[in-house]
Amino acid sequence: MDLTLLGQLLLNGVIVGTLYGVVAMCFVLIYKASQVVNFAQGEFLLIGAWVCWSMLTTYQIPFVWSFLITLVFMLVFGVLLQIVVLRPLIGEPVIAVIMVTIGLSIVFQALMKWMFGVFAQPFPPIFERDSVTIGALEVKTVYVMSMIVSVIIMAGFGYFFKATRLGLAMRATAFDQQVAQSMGVSIHQVFALSWAISAMVSAVAGVVIGIVSGVSSGLSFYGIKVFPAVILGGLDSIVGGVVGGIVIGVLENLAHYLDSQFLHWGNMIEIAPFYVLIVILMIKPYGLFGTRDIERV
Amino acid sequence: MTATSAHAEPPPHPTLSPEGRGQPLLSVNNIEVVYSDVILVLRGLSLAVPPGQIVALLGANGAGKSTTLKAISGLLRTEDGAITRGEVRFAGEPIQALDAGRIVRKGVFQVMEGRRIVADMTVIENLRLGAFTRRDRAVGADIDRVFHFFPRLKERTGLAGYLSGGEQQMLAIGRALMAQPKLILMDEPSMGLSPLLVKEVFAIIQQLNRELGITILLVEQNARMALQVASYGYVMENGKVVLDGTAAELANNEDVKEFYLGGSGERRSFKNLKSYRRRKRWI
Repeated sequence: MDLTLLGQLLLNGVIVGTLYGVVAMCFVLIYKASQVVNFAQGEFLLIGAWVCWSMLTTYQIPFVWSFLITLVFMLVFGVLLQIVVLRPLIGEPVIAVIMVTIGLSIVFQALMKWMFGVFAQPFPPIFERDSVTIGALEVKTVYVMSMIVSVIIMAGFGYFFKATRLGLAMRATAFDQQVAQSMGVSIHQVFALSWAISAMVSAVAGVVIGIVSGVSSGLSFYGIKVFPAVILGGLDSIVGGVVGGIVIGVLENLAHYLDSQFLHWGNMIEIAPFYVLIVILMIKPYGLFGTRDIERV
Repeated sequence: MTATSAHAEPPPHPTLSPEGRGQPLLSVNNIEVVYSDVILVLRGLSLAVPPGQIVALLGANGAGKSTTLKAISGLLRTEDGAITRGEVRFAGEPIQALDAGRIVRKGVFQVMEGRRIVADMTVIENLRLGAFTRRDRAVGADIDRVFHFFPRLKERTGLAGYLSGGEQQMLAIGRALMAQPKLILMDEPSMGLSPLLVKEVFAIIQQLNRELGITILLVEQNARMALQVASYGYVMENGKVVLDGTAAELANNEDVKEFYLGGSGERRSFKNLKSYRRRKRWI
């Protein structure tokens, strides 16, 4: 038993898990507001990370400004994507919309490879100190930053949905579109807003992961990892997304520990979340926090 | 028009404001509403609501009462319906081409049938949602005003989904007040409530009308209750107005008594009753 390794992996799990949680929230946000299952969620991370990276390296803009430009870019990108691609699909069958988001994912993936190449590119160092010590554990500064950013995003989501006019409008739209409209809410605006927020926040996660481990097309894999997280948490629960993300993060690192210490099967860290996905779908298809669809006559 | 009783003749132009008191706040002129491009629901409906009054819109199931309200509030479009002819004017301006959000901002708010509160929000969140179109800072004060009219909502701090039916109806009306409307379109406020609660809700509707000067167009199955609070009434059948008059006139009208108020006194055998009903349709 290597306890230091276990501790390190658990910490990793929590840190990566909160990032999964953030991406899962973004995914759930779009699903709740507009009932679209967004298979291109991972590409949002990728695009955000590449935009920020090119601002930093190609245009030599300081990090803070690069980051803000990235956010504005993603805001516009999200709104345009909703208006141009998804708005005409309102009222079409779910499967058609899903196919379109899968298509978007492939197009963005290819576009990014075309524009930035296939090799991973490291972010220029942003922190002066590479790591800090918390208790007995050595933690990379970027991980601490990642954790702080994730928690701020989650608190921001909480505040937005509890206390702001638009947040309430989004919740009302998710609950009953006609009621929201009877209050004067424009559901087109809510849809566009949900895509914009989702794209922006995903980009933040993308930049954070990019800083930690470089930017490459592997980033879009987070969009796939999000599925175990949201299925575990419940497809329509934002809190569920966060909890699911953290659980999946910890679980995959535990699996990695078991694998490297005892089993030696290899690559458990990659597939463990998907075992969870299958098990959850079999025993609790609505997830921990999801609403059960009750058919009323 | 085949109404038999002499005093049931509607005035020739129901679009003229009832009792001839100046310009109506809301006037609906000869509108035709079609759902899904094919189903004709309203066929030349006209009515007028003078400012500061409660006007009742009565009629059987499927007569098109709710559709009329949705045509006014713009919610028709959310159900694939459209006004294909005629005009809706609010405070003198045509509003039939505006979307629902604009119409709410003009001061017309629909309280939909079946309360439709957001069950996974708290009472206060529901109320704040009602104030969506407002950006002023008086929203908090208005929440207190709603609690003044509905004191029992103040004690309910949990999710609105756990409120009783009566409380949910009060919340739905309170939510409408938050938008500071000039005209509330109220669809079946008595639905599914006990007789005592129906009385309470109607008393509040009257109070809102009196104290806040809000004009109300009231759609009701409970015609007796509606005619007690309203000053004027319209009776709809098959997508058009077939009868209108002051509330007192309607309440004394033999046909209205027979169809909507029930039990006009003399006992009839079932057979006679059926043939009577069949003969006296207003088409």
